[in-house]
This record gives sequence, structure tokens and C-alpha cells, in this order.
Amino acid sequence: MKKRRLDGWALITGLCFLFFLFFFLYPISRTLLNSIYDFTTGTFTLASFQKFFTKRYYTNTIWNSLKVTSLATLSTTFFGTTLAYLARTVKIKGKRVLDIVMLISVLSPPFIGAYSWIVLLGRAGVITNIINSLFGIQFQGIYGFSGILLVFTIKLSPLVYLYVSGALKNLDNSLNEAAESMGCTRIRKIFRIILPLILPTMLASALLVFMRALADFGTPMLIGEGYRTLPVLIYNSFVGEVTQDYSFASAISVIIVAFTTVIFLLQKYISGRVSIEMNAMNPLEPKKAMGVSNVLTHAYAYLFIILELLPIIVVAYNSFQNTQGTMFVEGFSLNSYIKAFSTMGSSIANTYLYSIIALAIILVIGILVSYSTIRRPSALTAILDTIIMFPYIIPGSVLGISMLLAFNHPPLTISGTAIIIIVAYVVRRLPYTIRSSSAILRQISTSVEEASQSLGASPTSTFGKVTVPMMISGVLPGALMSWMSIISELSASIMLYVGSTKTMTIAIYTEVIRGNYGVASALSTILICSTVLVLMIFFKLTGRTEIEL
Amino acid sequence: MSVTIKIDHALKKFGENTVIQDLSLSVREGEFFTLLGSSGCGKTTLLRMIAGFNTIEGGDFYFNEKRINDMPPHKRKIGMVFQNYAIFPHMDTFGNVAFGLKEQHVKEPELSRRVNEILDTVQISELRDRMPKNMSGGQQQRIALARAIVIEPDVLLMDEPLSNLDAKLRVEMRTAIKRIQNACKITTIYVTHDQEEALAISDRIAVMKKGEIQQVGTPMEIYQHPSNLFVATFIGQSSLLDATAVRSAGETAVKLFDGSVMRIPGMREDVPEEEVLKLCVRPNEFRFDSAGIEATVFERVFFGDAIRYTLTLNNGQNIEMKQDIHLPMAQVGEAVHVAFNVDVVNVFRASDEVSVMKDVIHA
Ligand SMILES: Nc1ncnc2c1ncn2[C@@H]1O[C@H](COP(=O)(O)OP(=O)(O)O)[C@@H](O)[C@H]1O
Ligand SMILES: [Mg+2]
Repeated sequence: MKKRRLDGWALITGLCFLFFLFFFLYPISRTLLNSIYDFTTGTFTLASFQKFFTKRYYTNTIWNSLKVTSLATLSTTFFGTTLAYLARTVKIKGKRVLDIVMLISVLSPPFIGAYSWIVLLGRAGVITNIINSLFGIQFQGIYGFSGILLVFTIKLSPLVYLYVSGALKNLDNSLNEAAESMGCTRIRKIFRIILPLILPTMLASALLVFMRALADFGTPMLIGEGYRTLPVLIYNSFVGEVTQDYSFASAISVIIVAFTTVIFLLQKYISGRVSIEMNAMNPLEPKKAMGVSNVLTHAYAYLFIILELLPIIVVAYNSFQNTQGTMFVEGFSLNSYIKAFSTMGSSIANTYLYSIIALAIILVIGILVSYSTIRRPSALTAILDTIIMFPYIIPGSVLGISMLLAFNHPPLTISGTAIIIIVAYVVRRLPYTIRSSSAILRQISTSVEEASQSLGASPTSTFGKVTVPMMISGVLPGALMSWMSIISELSASIMLYVGSTKTMTIAIYTEVIRGNYGVASALSTILICSTVLVLMIFFKLTGRTEIEL
Repeated sequence: MSVTIKIDHALKKFGENTVIQDLSLSVREGEFFTLLGSSGCGKTTLLRMIAGFNTIEGGDFYFNEKRINDMPPHKRKIGMVFQNYAIFPHMDTFGNVAFGLKEQHVKEPELSRRVNEILDTVQISELRDRMPKNMSGGQQQRIALARAIVIEPDVLLMDEPLSNLDAKLRVEMRTAIKRIQNACKITTIYVTHDQEEALAISDRIAVMKKGEIQQVGTPMEIYQHPSNLFVATFIGQSSLLDATAVRSAGETAVKLFDGSVMRIPGMREDVPEEEVLKLCVRPNEFRFDSAGIEATVFERVFFGDAIRYTLTLNNGQNIEMKQDIHLPMAQVGEAVHVAFNVDVVNVFRASDEVSVMKDVIHA
């Protein structure tokens, strides 16, 4: 009997393994190989790397990418952490608004920020005009390096904020009090007690920021102008208006993945050494601050609320404005929405259809894989557990071109279909779901499952009637997160779409490029509203006030 | 239907670590059988072998004549109560208790009738439609018990079901468990490290140490006639006195460390002279007696109905003594003389710590 039981799970593990092998490892390895191997002539060549490393024009992109990504990581970590610390220790009026705004900002499509900040601070931006007329100067608006850095910082600080805030919630105030009782001053206490305890979380969120910033392609594309980063280079050499150089795109992919791998390993190494288990019996209590520090804290928090909300407000405002060609004109109407539905209706439908199918697949695979790795560990599950995390370090654009190159010819031709986009979504989000469902499963005592078996339920029936229902409530928040990030996914799907499989994010991007700001704004607003709606339903249904990332 | 349980030469290893070497045991039909031993001695391991959650590396397990070694847990017709209750958090009380019946395809109205009946028995009818989330430990444990019993299992297995409850509730629940088991007469194996609980609840007890059974017997047998020193000190409290075997008036007697010689009526005659012995005396068997051993009162603790003395003997050893509060008291530091009731003393060989008493049934 033991053998049969094992076989069922071994089969499932094997199938998941094959799925992953075929739809992830195979395309990625092909791309890596593509960078040094010419499939048409059948020879190995370093020509692409040579081309890359001998032209300053190309090597500069590495420098550009690293510079803006590193600085963005530093600034977001600083702003996110300080804000989280203040919000957990000082009583802030409207803290709940702050939390929700941060959450919505994290979940809104990445390039909305870039678009809105051009509207506000671009060459003809609203704020630019005010500044110029106020001071009588010729400020040209922010583009390039400073523009990207600004957008990244505003867009990604909430990510750090939410993570660090979560860690601070688990920090036991008794530690603080103990430190104080031993004569530790406030500042020393922050550096000696609090910072070390939340360091693993800070590092983890810094890694996430780094990965997102490095892989982001929409922002530098829109606001970068001459400032070219690696993802932009990949995209251009791949869908290039002039020439399409696949092996060159592959070579750049290899370079990006090399960077993300190093950063990933570094983070893992450091947080492995400093990892700490925390569980607060006596959580930090926000205290009312006095005088100047109270004013400053509130100013800091409100500044962030405004900065995070501005892009959304701009987009929503624009969506109701009348347009003429590419210009906004006097008056308000629903014209942009009408136009969005009539010309982009299918992309709206596609977005919801694909994301829900992908989510269902992610949930099924995620629950099965986490169950087999935790409850039926074997050599295979150990391998699966490791490789399933690889997508963490593969930027969306690299995944996109890899899948396209692997599946645009037999044995499996799915390029141009919805399947390839859905699979890309699944592969990208699976690690997160497996992570969270594994964490939940570890918390479920095996004795509950054993109780079910002792009451006569077979292992299979126990899995269906006890394990899955118990996991669902824990997996649900993560699943919602996944869904919300899927509907705003751009970097992989932009490589994979064709006219009929366009999704809203792609439509927004292409409309912005074409100058159809009205339609783009309307679509963005619909997207943001979906996110907000789902969040509200989630909070209402679960009665929670916070969501774990 | 209740069954007998027979275990022959059970062997359990976790990797290279042998937890149970060679253990045999039989449990009678309808019996309340307790595995008693300190933490880590392998009680849970054995229980989970019986339940089917642990692999069996050697030996045979039988329910009646049926060998169950290769039968999956859900076919063994067991009911199990876990230390952490293991209530299904996503089901209300009714759902939890009805779970096993539904697995047996019991249909309404019988389903509701049986669930309600058992909820009555464990006295939680009022919790029928509530979710377990905010219930107390005692309430959850009643659900767990009801859930295990309602399916009328052949065997009821309980692993320290009361150890997470507070002291008062523990006593209350163990009475309830005993009463319910008496009423439905399911063969029960109960695991605990609490000797008082084992004595109070069991028909028979197996005392375990390091994966081996030291003694099997009724609570009375085990308390009064421990088969070795481990059992004697593990069950109840005991003080040990050094002695040697001597011949006195043609009979076997013991000479205490202070030179006094006395006859122990229950001791075997074949104990050789000069054998080094340990006398094991329960605290309540000591009394102040001017003809007794010299001692000094080291400590005195008031227990309400009794007073507990710690006395220091001349050889530096401490002994524990318990006295009714109505008897004359001694002060701390006072020199006293104590004697003990030789009829209920147990004597052990110092060499292998085995009992040399006539009435002992060895495992
Ligand atoms: N799953 C396991 N893997 C390895 N060793 C185990 C496992 N379960 C129990 N043991 C070991 O077996 C011994 C007996 O444990 P257990 O049966 O839980 O003791 P008890 O229930 O009497 O406290 C302990 O030394 C424990 O470390
Ligand atoms: Mg145990």
C-alpha cells in the first residue's frame, strides 16, 4: 500500500517537473545556448558577446542599468524602511489610507507611473509649466536617468514599505523595552536591535526591487529617451524596427541573468546568515509623537500618499478628458472608455480570461507541488523545489523571447496563441504561489491529516476534504496577489502577443506609444479599478485589514 | 466490535536509530490499556505503529487474528485522539464528528442521530453548530473524543490527550474518558507520561523505558509490587534505603545501613547472604517512632491535608515522609527517629535493580 500511495504523488511530481522542464528550462537553456551557438550554421561563436562588449554603445547599457537599478534599490529601501518604521512606531492619522495606497500602488501596472510623471513633470508637464512660469526658468522636465530613478523610487518604495512593515509587525516590543531598560538610546536602539532584526526582510525586499527595476522595460522605454537599459536593448534587438538579431538578444539575456543570479545568490547568502525567527507576543504600538517630530512624520507619510496617488489620479483624470487626435482638449466625457471598449474590447476580455485560467493552473500546480515537496519528500521533489524558484531570476523579457524562440516551430508551435501567454504567466507566478502554499502547509499539523485517515478517509480523500480546504484560506491572499500582478504583466507578454491575443497592459503600452493617451488612460483606469475592487472584496470577505505580500 | 491487540517482537528504527528493539505486548478485548513512560521512551512511536502512521521495521501486529502490518491506517478501523486535538478547523463541531460517519456512508437521519447522541455523551451538545476556532482546549478535546468514538472503532488510540489541558480540567476529562470507555467498551490504548493519570484511568498499565516494557500489570500491582527499581521510583514517590541481606534466626532478613536488622515478610527466602539491596519505602509508610532510625528534619512543607518532611539520615541521604496533619509534628532541625511499615516495603537487588519480592509478576 505504501508503494501505491507514493506512486500517485511521484506521478504528479513527475508531471509538474516535466511541465517545468518543457516550458521553462528548455526555452531558457535554448536562449542561453543561442547566445554562443549559431543554430543555422551549427557552430559555436562568441560573435554576439564580441559585438556587445566592443561597442561602448552597448556596454553603456549595462552601466546604465546597474546605475539606475542600484540607486533605485538604495532609495526605495531607505524610503520604504523609514516610512514603515515611522508608521509602526508613531501614531499617524490615516495610517490605513497610507497602507491601502501603498498596496494599490504596488499592484498597479508598472508603466502607469512613467506615463503619469511625463504628464506631470515632462517637457510640457503640468508641474513643469508651473515651475517654469513661477521661477522664469527653462526646466526641460525629467527624462533619462533622473526620470527613471524617480519613477522607480515612487513605484517601488511601497514594496519595501509593505514587506518591512510586515516584519516590524512581528517584532516583539519586549525586545525594545529590554534594550531601553539596559540604557539603550532611541537611535542606538534602532541600529542595535530593530535594524538587525528586520535586515533579512529588508534584503529580501531590496532583492525584489532590484529584480523588478532591472527587468522593467516599460519605464525606461517611455521616460528613458536616450537612456538605454538592458531590457530596452533586448526588446529593440528582438522586435527591432531595423534588424532582428536573436543571438544578440540572447547574449544580452545571458548578461542580465548573470547579474540577477549573482544578486540572488548574494541575498540568499546574507539572509541565510542573519535569518531570524520572530513572532511578536507584544507587538510594537504606535505612540503619539509631539511637536516637530509629529509634524515631520505626518508630512513624510502624506507626501508618500500624494506621490503614490498622483499617477493614479492623473490617469483617471485623463481618462475622462475629451481628446482630439493625440491631444487632450476641453471638456469631459466617457468617449475614451467608449473608444477603449469598441477598439480594445477583446484585449479587456483577454486580460480577464487569460489571468483567470493562469491563476487556476497556478493554484492547482502550486498546491500539488507544495504538498508533494513537504508531505512526500523525495529526491525528485527536492530538485523540483529548487528549480521551481529559477523564474525569480529570469526577467520577464528574457522569459518572453525564450518561449517565443522555443515554441514558434514544431514539435510545439504555440507562438501567437493564448496558450503561450498563459503558460508564461503560470511560469512567472508559480514560484510565489509554491512558496506561500508551502509555508502554509508547514503550519498545518500533520496530525489533522492523520486524524482524517484514522476516521476512515483514504489519503486521497483526506487530501481533498481536509488538506486542500485547510490550505485554501491561506493560499487565497497570495492567489489574489498573483492575479493582480498577472493582469499588469507586460515584459513577457509584450514579446509573445499577436493582434488577437493582446491584453490590456499591452494595449495600454501600444496606445501610449501611438499617442492615444485617452484610450490608454481609460484602460489603465479599468485595470486599477479591477485591482481596487478585488482588494475591497478580499478585505470585506476575510475581515482582514492587511494583506501579506 | 472490540478486538484484542497482539504485538510480537516489534522493531522500530528511524534511519540508524533503533527506538524500539524487541517489544511484545497483548491487550485484551475491551480493556483500557495504558503505555506509561517518560518523554522520549517511544510511546508515541509504538502507538503510531499500531495506528499505521509509522512504518514497522520488524515484528507482527495483530487485531484479533488479523495481521495488520500492511494495512493502511484508514482501513484499520481505529479511532485516534491526538495530543494537539487535530480538530478540522474548517468544519463546525457537527462536521468534525460526522466526518468519519460520512466516510462510512452513514445516511441521514441516522447520521444526525448518532452525532447528537455522542455529543450528548461528551456533553458538548450546545457546541454542535459552532466552529472550533475559539473553543477552549477542553471543548476541542471533547470534540476529538466524540469524533473518534462515534465511528465505533475496533480500537481507540489516545496519545497524551490531556497533556495540553490545565490541571483541574485534566482530572475532569480523565474521569469522563474513563466513564465513556466503560460504557462503550472499546479496546483502548492510552499513552501518557503522567503516572497519576495512568493509575487513575487504566485497567492495565505497561511501564516503558527506552523502548522496552518494564512491567505490565493493573495499577494496584504496579504500585504495590513494582518489578524493578525503575518502576518503583517512576510510579509514585519512594525513598531508597541501603541494606544487605543477612540470615537472622534461620530466616532471610535485611540489615540496614545503620546496623539495625529487620525481617521483610514479603521478601523471597532465596536471597543469598551479603547481597547488596535497596529498600524502597513510600513516603506515607514512614512514621515517627522512637525505636526507629535516627534522622534530622531538613525541610517541612505544608500540603493542606498532610505535611511533607524531608529528613536527613546519618549517612547523609535524604528521605521523604508524609504525615497526616493530626499527628504530632516535628520542627525543622529537630532530631527524630523514624520507622516504616515492613509489610509494604519493596526490596531490590542493587546489582540489577530487580525486585526480590515474592508477589511480583515479572514482565
Ligand atoms: N519521525 C521521527 N524521526 C526520527 N526519530 C524519531 C521520530 N519520531 C520519534 N523519534 C525518536 O524516537 C524516540 C521516541 O520518541 P517518541 O515515541 O515520540 O517518544 P514519547 O512519545 O514516548 O515521548 C525519540 O528519541 C525520538 O527522538
Ligand atoms: Mg509522545
